[in-house]
Amino acid sequence: MQGEKVIPRQKFALIYIIAGSILFVLGFILKFLLYTKKMYDMPWFLVGIGACLGIYGGLQILNANRIGTDVVISRKTVKTFLTNYAIILALLVLVVIIIFIQPRFMQIRVLLDIMTQSSTRLIIALGICFTLLIAGTDLSAGRMVGLAAVISTSMMQTADYANRFYPGLSQIPVIYAIVAAVVACLLFGVLNGFLVAQFDMHPFIATLAVQVIVFGACSLYFDMPPNHSQPIGGIRSDFTILGQFKFFKGFAGGISILIPIALLITAIIWFVLNKTVFGKNVYAIGGNREAAVVSGVNVYATIMGIFILAAGLYGIGGVLEAARTAGATNNYGNGYELDAIAACVVGGVSLNGGVGKIGGIVSGVLIFTVIQYGLQFINVSPMWQQIIKGIIIAIAVAIDLSKYRKK
Amino acid sequence: MGEYVLEMNNITKVFPGVKALDNVSLKVRPGSVHALMGENGAGKSTLMKCLFGIYQEDGGEIILDGKRENITSSKQALDLGVSMIHQELHPIRFRPVMENIWLGRFPMMGIAVDKKAMIRKTKELFKEIELDINPEVLAGSLSASNLQLVEIAKAVSYNSKIIIMDEPTSSLTDNETEHLFKIIRQLKAGGCAIIYISHKMEEILKIADEVTIMRDGQYVGTWPAGELTTDLIISRMVGRDMTNRFPPRTHTPGKEVVLKVTDLCSPLKRSFQHVSFELHRGEILGIGGLVGAQRTEVVEALFGLRTIESGEVEKDGEVFKVKSVQDAKRHGIALLTEERRATGVFGILSVLDNTVIASQKNYANKGVLQKRKRVKAAEESNRQLNVKTPSLETLMQNLSGGNQQKVLIARWLLTHPDILILDEPTRGIDVGAKYEIYTIMLDLVKQGKSIIMISSEMPELLGISDRIMVMCEGRVSGVLNRDEADQIKVMQLATKFAQ
Repeated sequence: MQGEKVIPRQKFALIYIIAGSILFVLGFILKFLLYTKKMYDMPWFLVGIGACLGIYGGLQILNANRIGTDVVISRKTVKTFLTNYAIILALLVLVVIIIFIQPRFMQIRVLLDIMTQSSTRLIIALGICFTLLIAGTDLSAGRMVGLAAVISTSMMQTADYANRFYPGLSQIPVIYAIVAAVVACLLFGVLNGFLVAQFDMHPFIATLAVQVIVFGACSLYFDMPPNHSQPIGGIRSDFTILGQFKFFKGFAGGISILIPIALLITAIIWFVLNKTVFGKNVYAIGGNREAAVVSGVNVYATIMGIFILAAGLYGIGGVLEAARTAGATNNYGNGYELDAIAACVVGGVSLNGGVGKIGGIVSGVLIFTVIQYGLQFINVSPMWQQIIKGIIIAIAVAIDLSKYRKK
Repeated sequence: MGEYVLEMNNITKVFPGVKALDNVSLKVRPGSVHALMGENGAGKSTLMKCLFGIYQEDGGEIILDGKRENITSSKQALDLGVSMIHQELHPIRFRPVMENIWLGRFPMMGIAVDKKAMIRKTKELFKEIELDINPEVLAGSLSASNLQLVEIAKAVSYNSKIIIMDEPTSSLTDNETEHLFKIIRQLKAGGCAIIYISHKMEEILKIADEVTIMRDGQYVGTWPAGELTTDLIISRMVGRDMTNRFPPRTHTPGKEVVLKVTDLCSPLKRSFQHVSFELHRGEILGIGGLVGAQRTEVVEALFGLRTIESGEVEKDGEVFKVKSVQDAKRHGIALLTEERRATGVFGILSVLDNTVIASQKNYANKGVLQKRKRVKAAEESNRQLNVKTPSLETLMQNLSGGNQQKVLIARWLLTHPDILILDEPTRGIDVGAKYEIYTIMLDLVKQGKSIIMISSEMPELLGISDRIMVMCEGRVSGVLNRDEADQIKVMQLATKFAQ
């Protein structure tokens, strides 16, 4: 291989630390010495990025023994790096282009908006990733979100609202509505799991059947008198704060409560997937079901667990979505499963099962939100947005698959 | 504890339409190696799957340590002290080696899996059986033989009373097989009983204490290994005397060169490099070598399945490029692939579809298939090859391995090839069907076709080839004529470049 270069890990990490420090200092200089309005929050971003690079470099030195003491830079390793992070790099390019067209994009407010919008999507994607990891899928996710939204809001209307779902209902505690909505989803999760585990039905068709059933059930509930399919409104504020509350209102418009909720759930799911027997069994079943069976893994229980857990997450996602928008109809959540699947796949989850990481899913979700938000920001028509989104899915997966193709 | 650690008495297992096991018995003593032998389809694996809880027997009893057990799951079997090395290795490729080993019984710390303990236990296990593999690498990155060793380590790690080894040496080299035998002797000394399934007679005679032979789902008998010879085992397995394992040859190959390969290189460094050879008309050229010698890769490249970086392929004196299977077919090359189940048969399609699928175009009129022509072609070629099938509409998956293999040969003969490449043509088929395949091969060369045969079975390689090309580490290490070749010379060449 021509042009191969070996750099000791120490030196490699040092480059990161130095680059990080330069950005960090540059950020402060820009902020306090050379600040002009046109920069928006760019200095703070530089400080943040600089700090991240520095920490990453430091971690490399600390973990040098584990990840190898030498860094080889050759055509091959550069190519591997590019294919591994192609989608992130594409995202960076996109962000830079958007910034050039519309410098206002460089605001902490924008970053927080993107994170907020990603929150519920992330929760749904985390649910669906389990079903993808066993080489399955879950088409009922979106409709379950709708079900949870309708059920929770139907119990959470203010007493003086004209068009109440349950006119005689007293002010019940918020938790009741949440539990009712999540339990309803869990029941359908049990049904999903039962169909797949008991009859060995392909998850595509099992969850398609459940999707239709959930929508029908949700519509029936929604159509009950006196509501008669009216959009549910007049939602109590102690419920809507779950999706609308903001910390530190003074700081860039405040940090939405959805962000810490999503972070917490992500942490829990990461733990479940990487540290528990259940999580390892999910990977094992997806990687090789037969091997899991003959190793004594309870495949039936694991599959049930997967669909129930996923349904629980859709339920939570639905409740938060309803709280954020302070309302619901039976059409809520329609098509969310496809967005979630796309985000997972772009984040490196293999539809063949057994491969996928939480970090990938988080970036997959963020990428989609950035694209959507960014394109709106520079006034790209929604129709073009669809086309761009589709192209990104196709290219991302094509690049990802090229990693596995070898002959 | 009685005389036996395991008694399987009068086990019967019925699948729809087939009696797979009919009153089979197996009695295993503690601390012994008990070989289970029989042709393919004799029911060995089925019997073991009953013991391991993958199948449930329809009749008979399983007695473990004097206690009657009804084993309904693999987990239960493992809990009862029975572990198994499975015939077909299916690692979880994208997970670390150690997770493959401890799956189903991860070491725990509270509600979390204890990764450190898992690494430590895996290292201890590997040290115990002298295996040098990093527990944290992905299983998919290991070679076939290392995977098999990991599988063996996994079976050992259960500390079982009984270990079932179903073809444990199928991807092992001779040295690794010796290593396995060392492990087996250790286990024996510790009182563990081994049920050993293998088709390799030499291994059985070397390691086994007792041999149970099965035929067509029935119990033939159990003998001490010391009383048996290869011929005796074969005749009891087949139910008749097998004096000749190979049909007589009456044909000498021509001098005309049909295929000339010069300096063929793969773009992958670790694959085949600088491969050159000639194939004559009417010749069977055997390719020998160890697993991983890149033999399959070479023939797949000739058939357009792999990229060729440099080198020339000449057919009948004309250089041609193979970029796809269509190219290869057009130039009269056919390939019977190594993995019959994975890349050969369409199990859920009929025998008819399976037979004509490679030559479909010949039976179409403006793109519409003519049923009459297809049936005629399939009937003729299946008759020629003596395929035993109830009808052409029978599903391929219901045929025995030997018959499936004959259908696949028929499939390729219908493309009218000049050169037929057979990759392990008799793997996993019984002795009788092997003989038939050899006969077919000799018939074909008599008709002027040429055959390249990859084989890992030494007797077959020596018994049927006109010349033997041996490969090692992706290169040709030598070519032997039929009269000068013997087992030692082939093995020497096969390990020529190995460190």
